[in-house]
Amino acid sequence: MRGGQGTTRAPVLQFTNCRILRGGALLREDLWVREGRILDPEKLFFDERRVADEQRDCGGCILAPGFIDVQINGGFGVDFSKTTENVGSGVALVAQRILSHGVTSFCPTLVTSPPEIYHKVLPQIPVKSGGPHGAGVLGVHLEGPFISQEKRGAHPEAHLRSFEARAFHDVLATYGPLDNVRIVTLAPELGRSHEVIQALTAQGICVSLGHSVADLQAAEEAVQSGATFITHLFNAMLPFHHRDPGIVGLLTSDRLPPGRCIFYGMIADGIHTNPAALRIAYRAHPQGLVLVTDAVPALGLGNGRHTLGQQDVEVDGLTAYVAGTKTLCGSIAPMDVCVRHFLQATGCSVEAALEAASLHPAQLLGLEKSKGSLDFGADAGEAPRRRDPAKGWVRAQTLWCLMTPSESRPPTSPVSWCGRRRKPGYNQGLRLERMPGPSWTLTWRAVGGAGLQRASWDPPSRWALPEPQVTLEAVTWINVQPAGLTLSLGVACRAAYPGLH
Amino acid sequence: MRLVILDNYDLASEWAAKYICNRIIQFKPGQDRYFTLGLPTGSTPLGCYKKLIEYHKSGDLSFKYVKTFNMDEYVGLPRNHPESYHSYMWNNFFKHIDIDPNNAHILDGNAADLQAECDAFEKKIKEAGGIDLFVGGMGPDGHIAFNEPGASLVSRTRLKTLIYSKVPTMALTVGVGTVMDAREVMILITGAHKAFALYKAIEEGVNHMWTVSAFQQHPRTIFVCDEDATLELRVKTVKYFKGLMHVHNKLVDPLHSMKEGN
Repeated sequence: MRGGQGTTRAPVLQFTNCRILRGGALLREDLWVREGRILDPEKLFFDERRVADEQRDCGGCILAPGFIDVQINGGFGVDFSKTTENVGSGVALVAQRILSHGVTSFCPTLVTSPPEIYHKVLPQIPVKSGGPHGAGVLGVHLEGPFISQEKRGAHPEAHLRSFEARAFHDVLATYGPLDNVRIVTLAPELGRSHEVIQALTAQGICVSLGHSVADLQAAEEAVQSGATFITHLFNAMLPFHHRDPGIVGLLTSDRLPPGRCIFYGMIADGIHTNPAALRIAYRAHPQGLVLVTDAVPALGLGNGRHTLGQQDVEVDGLTAYVAGTKTLCGSIAPMDVCVRHFLQATGCSVEAALEAASLHPAQLLGLEKSKGSLDFGADAGEAPRRRDPAKGWVRAQTLWCLMTPSESRPPTSPVSWCGRRRKPGYNQGLRLERMPGPSWTLTWRAVGGAGLQRASWDPPSRWALPEPQVTLEAVTWINVQPAGLTLSLGVACRAAYPGLH
Repeated sequence: MRLVILDNYDLASEWAAKYICNRIIQFKPGQDRYFTLGLPTGSTPLGCYKKLIEYHKSGDLSFKYVKTFNMDEYVGLPRNHPESYHSYMWNNFFKHIDIDPNNAHILDGNAADLQAECDAFEKKIKEAGGIDLFVGGMGPDGHIAFNEPGASLVSRTRLKTLIYSKVPTMALTVGVGTVMDAREVMILITGAHKAFALYKAIEEGVNHMWTVSAFQQHPRTIFVCDEDATLELRVKTVKYFKGLMHVHNKLVDPLHSMKEGN
């Protein structure tokens, strides 16, 4: 009979009163963590004869693996594609802020840019482990410049390139050293793409198809050469056609290499894809769906004009357009909003929605042994000590406690959002109430004894007529000024116009 | 013997759990005074374990000063295999309660020297001061643990070959004699498929073909059954023991609690 001295004396942490996502199901189980790894408690009991050193009550929450965002262009004012003096600190800022969205690993994404930008920025974004300081960097996602001119979307035409001349050498000349690169999005119809795809795959880089006018055959050949991902399905590619499904047809193609699962990114913010299209894709190939934010630097900021890559964008609510046009240029919905919207739009199980943001991206990148799941031995990181153990929420590297806010209520009754996040300046007891008419009023109790605050909010003017039925879907972000006296709110709403369909 | 007959499986499980709970609490276990419990596996005791976990979760029962000894374990099965008895005990009992891992003893079916493991187990029981209450089940052929028909009624913990099992083929099991050494024995028997074996065990003689019959010679045995398990007994036997239920129920009512002031 062994005592506990043989193995490590590092403290064992036990999360109780929770449901954990494991093996595709939400189980009523405790989660055990030691030294940054998920622990098998049965082994601990019988082999080491030990119990937990510390227990944390999760209050009935769901414990989900940290979300992995493989397409994010920036956020909170930081633009990964824009060269600044200190790219590293910009990445670190985004990494720290997206933790509160549940993202614990991400791939900073660079849009089409001139080679000088790649040469300057790429070496400054090394792969980095996450922790309480911020989400981990898994590697850079290079979206462009080897993409279709016709489907460039928001990418600047001037910097598009091809690799017809020297294939992989052109790629290296454009990007520079590929050490920090994890994913490359390219258009397979470009000449010599097969050589490039094979060379990139041989280096362990994931190749994704996107911003392309390829037909299904070209797409299938690209997958046979090694491509494994589709960048934001439906967007920036040929629409599905019943005689030539294009890249979308990969979801149900029977010409893929045996055993290969094709993954596809979807932006489930309610704007980039109609929920019906989301459902079609999901029902056709549920195991391959990867939720991405494709977030732009305006993520986390308010309405107005901001910069993305070499262009300006205009933000209004949850939509971001290329300034002066109607072209969408990325979303500003945080990952947890995407998960919730996806859950609601497809009617899938909570487990499936969580896996779409955690397990599937981990499988895409070949990391499923250590990330994207709560299996024994997976990374768990250090759970930081919280100031107030009775409140707040558990946050560790790949461990995230999903607080389910109260359901949206019909517009006539008050909606209170019980996000129990505690940051300096955050407030308790936010209540959003519908007044007679289209206005909403927001009340909250400010910290520091400033008392009850009230503000009113009108839905955007384009909903003003006829009077729509506005249903509050989710509070997407909150920005609080010092002392909590000024509060701006992002809300996702659904407006139904009676008599119109 | 006491034959306690309840209407159905749930009530039988509850009665058994209450009895165990009361026995532990009335024993007043403490730092130098551990209550030793023998435990079974299988489908029969699941309801009883659930109830005990309930009492623990509501704060009425603590296993801090309880030592447990399981009856058996398969040989050669990895400890974390879902069919192993280690897994069974962890998932169905240990992970929900506050027992000290050092006090939960289960035979190790992967030990290098199996007979030495059995001898060591017997020694551990002795060092713990013997077993206060051994809870067991009974198979449809009247066996207890892996003491199949023909097993010696004075047997000790040892290696047994299994004939009804394809894989694994061997198991370590306490002997009938080991269980007879306990100060009290409680056998849980539920379901019509056990009825004939129960008849053989208590209405016929002591016979090594129905090894549970050995407990006719134990000074303190309780058989806890549901109605279906009594289907092969004489009406007279059933009526007699049902008539004693008011006496039996005094053992579980009032249900004690470890909470303060109770």
